[in-house]
Amino acid sequence: MSNEGVIYRISGPVVTATGMNAAMYDVVRVGHEGLMGEVIELHGDKAVIQVYEDTSGIRPGEPVLNTEETLSVALGPGLLTQIYDGIQRPLATLEEVMGVFITRGVDADAFDMEKVWTFEPTAAKGDEVVSGQVIGHVQETETIVHKIMVPPGKGGVVKSIESGDFNVTQTVCVLEDGTELQMMQKWPVRTPRPFTQKYAPDTPLVTGMRILDFLFPLAKGGAAGIPGPFGSGKTVTQQSLAKYSDAQLVVYIGCGERGNEMTEVLDEFPHLIDPNTGKPLMNRTVMIANTSNMPVAAREASVYTGITIAEYFRDMGYDVALMADSTSRWAEAMREISSRLEEMPGEEGYPAYLSSRIAEFYERAGRVETLNGDDGSVTVIGAVSPPGGDISEPVSQGTLRIVKVFWGLDAGLARQRHFPAINWLNSYSLYPQSLDQWFRDNIAQDFPEIRTQISGLLQVEAELQEIVQLVGSDALPVDQQLTLEVARMIREFFLQQNGFDPVDAYCDIKLQYEMAKAILSFQDAAKAAMADGALLNDVVNVPARSNLMRGRFEQGYIDRIAAMVKEMNEQIANAVEAN
Amino acid sequence: MTGKEYRTITDVKGPLVFLNKTEPVAFGEIVTLRLSNGEIKNGQVLDTSDDLVIVQVFEGTAKIDREAGVTFMGDVFKLPVSTDLVGRILDGAGRPRDGGPEIVADEKADIIGAAINPYSRQSPHDFIQTGISAIDCCTTLVRGQKLPIFSASGLPHNDIALQIARQAKLKDSDEEFIVVFCAMGITAEEYNFFRSDLERTGALENAVLFVNLADDPAVERIITPRLALTAAEYLAFEKDYHVLVIYTDMTNYCDALRQIGAAREEVPGRRGYPGYMYTDLAMLYERAGIVKGKKGSITQFPILTMPGDDITHPIPDLSGYITEGQIVISRELHQQGIYPPINVLPSLSRLMGSCIGEKTTRDDHKKVSDQMYAAYAQGRELRGLVAIVGEDALNERDKQLLDFSGVFEDKFLRQSRDEDRTIEETLNLCWELMASIDTKYLVRLDEELISKYHPENRK
Repeated sequence: MSNEGVIYRISGPVVTATGMNAAMYDVVRVGHEGLMGEVIELHGDKAVIQVYEDTSGIRPGEPVLNTEETLSVALGPGLLTQIYDGIQRPLATLEEVMGVFITRGVDADAFDMEKVWTFEPTAAKGDEVVSGQVIGHVQETETIVHKIMVPPGKGGVVKSIESGDFNVTQTVCVLEDGTELQMMQKWPVRTPRPFTQKYAPDTPLVTGMRILDFLFPLAKGGAAGIPGPFGSGKTVTQQSLAKYSDAQLVVYIGCGERGNEMTEVLDEFPHLIDPNTGKPLMNRTVMIANTSNMPVAAREASVYTGITIAEYFRDMGYDVALMADSTSRWAEAMREISSRLEEMPGEEGYPAYLSSRIAEFYERAGRVETLNGDDGSVTVIGAVSPPGGDISEPVSQGTLRIVKVFWGLDAGLARQRHFPAINWLNSYSLYPQSLDQWFRDNIAQDFPEIRTQISGLLQVEAELQEIVQLVGSDALPVDQQLTLEVARMIREFFLQQNGFDPVDAYCDIKLQYEMAKAILSFQDAAKAAMADGALLNDVVNVPARSNLMRGRFEQGYIDRIAAMVKEMNEQIANAVEAN
Repeated sequence: MTGKEYRTITDVKGPLVFLNKTEPVAFGEIVTLRLSNGEIKNGQVLDTSDDLVIVQVFEGTAKIDREAGVTFMGDVFKLPVSTDLVGRILDGAGRPRDGGPEIVADEKADIIGAAINPYSRQSPHDFIQTGISAIDCCTTLVRGQKLPIFSASGLPHNDIALQIARQAKLKDSDEEFIVVFCAMGITAEEYNFFRSDLERTGALENAVLFVNLADDPAVERIITPRLALTAAEYLAFEKDYHVLVIYTDMTNYCDALRQIGAAREEVPGRRGYPGYMYTDLAMLYERAGIVKGKKGSITQFPILTMPGDDITHPIPDLSGYITEGQIVISRELHQQGIYPPINVLPSLSRLMGSCIGEKTTRDDHKKVSDQMYAAYAQGRELRGLVAIVGEDALNERDKQLLDFSGVFEDKFLRQSRDEDRTIEETLNLCWELMASIDTKYLVRLDEELISKYHPENRK
């Protein structure tokens, strides 16, 4: 039995080694340079390895060392604000070691192992502690308390526990059976972290984007898919979610996307303020950036690295949101490796296990009772990049089968510069039923009814538009023309939202409700006035209505909107007399 | 280091040679094949194991037989780089094509190129003025961007690329670009066109050309852009130049990729293109950018022809997912005799926001661009309606927008092949043209800008 073998074959990122005692998913070091790889297939004595770094120049006969560990991430204080590649190497450290280009064979700790944190114990000598139980706190960033937990599978009676300054590898707690606990723990990325039970989600993830929160809400612990062709605003939507959603922690995975775009995120986030806490956004963020030209196997691993980190914070009782941009690139990485393994392909060359991998990934979302009895959630929002924008392809379909929220981006809307370019006719959310009680209790009793009215108007508009295409809008009766005007107001005033405008980018959910009410109020006032003989044109063009609509770009809108609606309604009523 | 020569070829298939019983050969290693007639060919190792080595031959496998001698060169493909490259014309494998001497290398650079650490990149923000109104106003180019031209057979994408190469400059600066031109499978005629144009304007002295023509081996096309980008990286990041890389035609490159995939009996993805094409293209396109602590930059202008004018074809589709926008050439506009026939509606520059505005171009740029775009989009849509109901059925606003769409194409898009408009000229032209629309319909412009720039107020 030996754990060192030799390379037999190299084909791109796939290397075969012999003479090594390997198990599936063992992490190995390949060649003289010690490139990191993972065993993904066994044939007798041959182990097939996917290598996370470029393999040019590696020869058969070079050694392969089996670490006999599975691909794991380090979890502990120091994770937040970090920017990692797909296998949890901090990009800043890589820059220090190898300069601006990513070369290979460099190992880097996930975070500073020497940094000293102040550990405040919450357990005491003689306490019985179980898996997942919190034994102490570290104030990791201004906004986030990092809870130190007993790793899953361990537990017992506390023999001694420390208090004060330690680094993450020093022992802070010893159990009666001699188990030593440190602030850092490791967890294999491909195994979901354990929890006690899953709950049904009942709280919305408030994103500040009107079309999402109001029409197609996502629950904390839910999963959403955003498919869209290039240029339809997937990345901008994902970034807005990372910036403004009311999750306590955000894990952002840039999976196989553009370098310059990732740089923009890296430049921008440290300067952004979290609207929910008033503190820098980076304090609650972990980023993973494995751009399209970085090794494909590391891209495959990046989503697992990300979700494991998210689950770890969930176990502390936090609400975590994870954005993966884009899951199609992850699927393509699977396809690329599968084809190197000469596996029998399923649809469009993707491996036959594609849909089960997608399902397994999204199933790691959820609102759970953690091992320590707390309540935490991981919400997953995955972008999908369907070729040609056609969502009948396998990745979109695999995603839609599992997620409960579908935010369909539309190239046509993007071309009209309607942003966010989410199509309100084909998008859906299956959460309103479980969330409506929350909306009734926290926003307004009639919130669900208002939503139904708004989406009903949009449906009616779609039908009317078909007629308008044929005969022109003047041929419609005035009441239907009014409906078109109201629907236009919904689209331009409510659904469109400027992600780059400092005020409009984030819309409080109470304000969303008020804006929706304002639109309905316009409809009612206009109907009444027109019944009394006012002209559609006069009603539509009252100055107070454009003031109302423009007001959303100004601070303090929520305090003024009621007065603005009142003024609009008065002017509309006056339109009767003017006639 | 040169190893021993092997005569152990077992199979030859398409561009691939299979041989066994060799020393341990490195993945990606360079190979020389000596044919029985004395001819020398070059290749690269695609797959290596104790039993079997697969070599991809750049010059095609014609005349290779089982007697051919194969020597492994002990190293991966490297390009000799030095500033002597500037002004030279090389073939698709990096050998002189202009009759000049071999390049004397300062160093040899691995042509695969390492990925730039996203953390070490610097966000592009310098506006490049191309002198073409449609690009400068609506899909603004930024230094360090990769902005492809999506074209199709029979359209003047080459003229546009050359015009950009000639005119591109930073505003208020005479800093020039070094042009790295990479031809993949284009015709000799097209090549001559590029070459003579570069010669005519004197730009050839500041250019490096890598040329693989339609009758050169297709497999060589796989390395041609890598050579070009390696040269570009050297010039940009070692020698502080600002480099503009133009490569044409990406479609030929992708077809070569497919050819090799087929010969290796790989499982094909969409339309027979290999499943790893996205990653492969990304490894080219992502070699654009600016990095911290280096003065130079790489801006890329890939040209691709969309088979059947189909933007959802895998080549434009995958490119669009990697590049930072696209400039779409329209057959319809071309047939109307408009040059440059750029359809601004599906065109996009993702980095535009970072380089326009008061400090770089002008305070009205963003809003003018939005307004021009919106008015033109609505005008174009109305054309469809007019075809059904006739122009008389339109209201005043729609009539103005309809007329505007014509003026937009005729006055704004249309310019001559050597017309170099400054950004101020372009923006002023926008205002002049928009003046034909009633101010109250120009909803994307605010009062302040209208009072500052509207021709009525400037008189």
